[in-house]
Amino acid sequence: MALSPKADSAADNMSGVQHVVLILSGKGGVGKSTVAAQLALALRQAGKKVGILDVDLCGPSIPRMFDVEGHDVHQCPGGWVPVYPDQDQRLALMSIGFLLQARDDAVVWRGPKKNAMIKQFIGDVVWGELDYLIIDTPPGTSDEHISVVENVRQYSPDGAVLVTTPQGVAVGDVRRELTFCRKTKLPVLGVIENMSGFVCPHCTECTNVFSKGGGEALANQFNVPFLGCVPLDPQLTRSLEEGQRFVDAFPTSTAAQAIGRVAQTILQRGEQQENMDTS
Amino acid sequence: MERGLPKKLPIAGVKQVIVVASGKGGVGKSTTAVNLALAIAANDKGKSVGLLDADVYGPSIPRMMNLAGEPELNKQNLMKPLVNFGISCMSMGFLVDEKSPLVWRGLMVMSAVQKLLRQVSWGPLDYLVVDMPPGTGDTQLSMSQNIPIDGAVIVSTPQDIALLDARKGAEMFRKVNVPVLGLVQNMSVFQCPKCGHQTHIFGQDGAKKVAEDMELQVIGDIPLHISIRETSDSGQPVTVSQPDSPQAQAYRALAKEVVARLPSYEDPLPERGQ
Repeated sequence: MALSPKADSAADNMSGVQHVVLILSGKGGVGKSTVAAQLALALRQAGKKVGILDVDLCGPSIPRMFDVEGHDVHQCPGGWVPVYPDQDQRLALMSIGFLLQARDDAVVWRGPKKNAMIKQFIGDVVWGELDYLIIDTPPGTSDEHISVVENVRQYSPDGAVLVTTPQGVAVGDVRRELTFCRKTKLPVLGVIENMSGFVCPHCTECTNVFSKGGGEALANQFNVPFLGCVPLDPQLTRSLEEGQRFVDAFPTSTAAQAIGRVAQTILQRGEQQENMDTS
Repeated sequence: MERGLPKKLPIAGVKQVIVVASGKGGVGKSTTAVNLALAIAANDKGKSVGLLDADVYGPSIPRMMNLAGEPELNKQNLMKPLVNFGISCMSMGFLVDEKSPLVWRGLMVMSAVQKLLRQVSWGPLDYLVVDMPPGTGDTQLSMSQNIPIDGAVIVSTPQDIALLDARKGAEMFRKVNVPVLGLVQNMSVFQCPKCGHQTHIFGQDGAKKVAEDMELQVIGDIPLHISIRETSDSGQPVTVSQPDSPQAQAYRALAKEVVARLPSYEDPLPERGQ
């Protein structure tokens, strides 16, 4: 893997980024990357320029979700140039997935190397002017999370969106993640309950395969906003497989509308932040 | 301290170690590890099985096995595993408060994993099933460097996104010379409890294609059934609470495959007898 050229200052590369939002969980497989990707698309629909930084070094999912696996990352004097899936460059992506030689290559690294990589991802990517930078994280409360929070703290992130599925084993892990946010003084924008119910396409019976309500109860318990339920939707899964853009392709689906509402909340918080800064 | 890589030392009393891993989070490693351990025991009542929860950040085993509380120490100052349904269990979840996050860097995780391996009086066990955390990092490396692992079972859901990571997981084990016994396709198909209609929520047959690519076999196919989640959350795993259900049968079939594919156990001290 090539070393990046030294940027004059990390602050230069992040100075054009207006808002930073982290997507956290604690539990694996609840849909952080899916939510990060759909949220970014929803924000883009609202006219914003959005970047996604995928710091899941062991399991980078973002390139696949945007159908840009195998794209190269180019270097410029300021650092790494993000991958732009569209001509209009209103979506900017960075992930370790782009830096691997072959798609099956496993990143089997211990902590210190991961920390160094994350520091580079935050300081050495030439994001340019971005309204929102969404940071997709791996599950847990480990090296990656500590490094990300340490490195973005100076840019006053808007906060974290926590994703959970409704069931007990997931909520338990996400509860710990909420405590992590409190300890590190990271503001919590809210909790999303993902995979919340499945409506059988044949008989429209709703089955709560992964239970229901756990996310909402957690949000109430910790006194943080509940951002809504996103149901299981096979079309969403299929879109991700095919690198199709779900919220663009199925805007009237319950899942897309739920994501849209979360995006609105983030936008409102962002505006409040801007007003406070200018007043 | 010795320089260089740690030497692999078997765990005292444990004959064979099976790791249940993935690469991807949330595909059902813990659910599979728990039910696999129970199914191995159910298939062969004469065998003793233990369960080690190596997921330090998100230990799920205590809830799934309905166990809690601080382990007692024996005379040698080793922790006694907690037992339920005949399975000896150890987890970070028994050692820390359920509500506290472990905000630890890699080095501390390694030392915790060492404790869970070496400072537990596992007793004589035929099989130790290890539930691994997601990813391909410190824990996986420490495990494979410290103890001989007889086989790895890779769990995935049918989606490509999960399989991408499952491939990496399998690749990692190959790099460290751990035999990969096969792939388990979890949450393969959802059957509506009302009308019986089947929906492939997470895609279809993805694992079969990846298995072919990687010259592995799919050794288990577990459906997405609400009873698996309900019984996991309530600490009454489906293999013991509903042993005649198709779900339990799927796990027993998996257990049969896993045991059949393990290399045969060679007693390092044959003159001492059984």
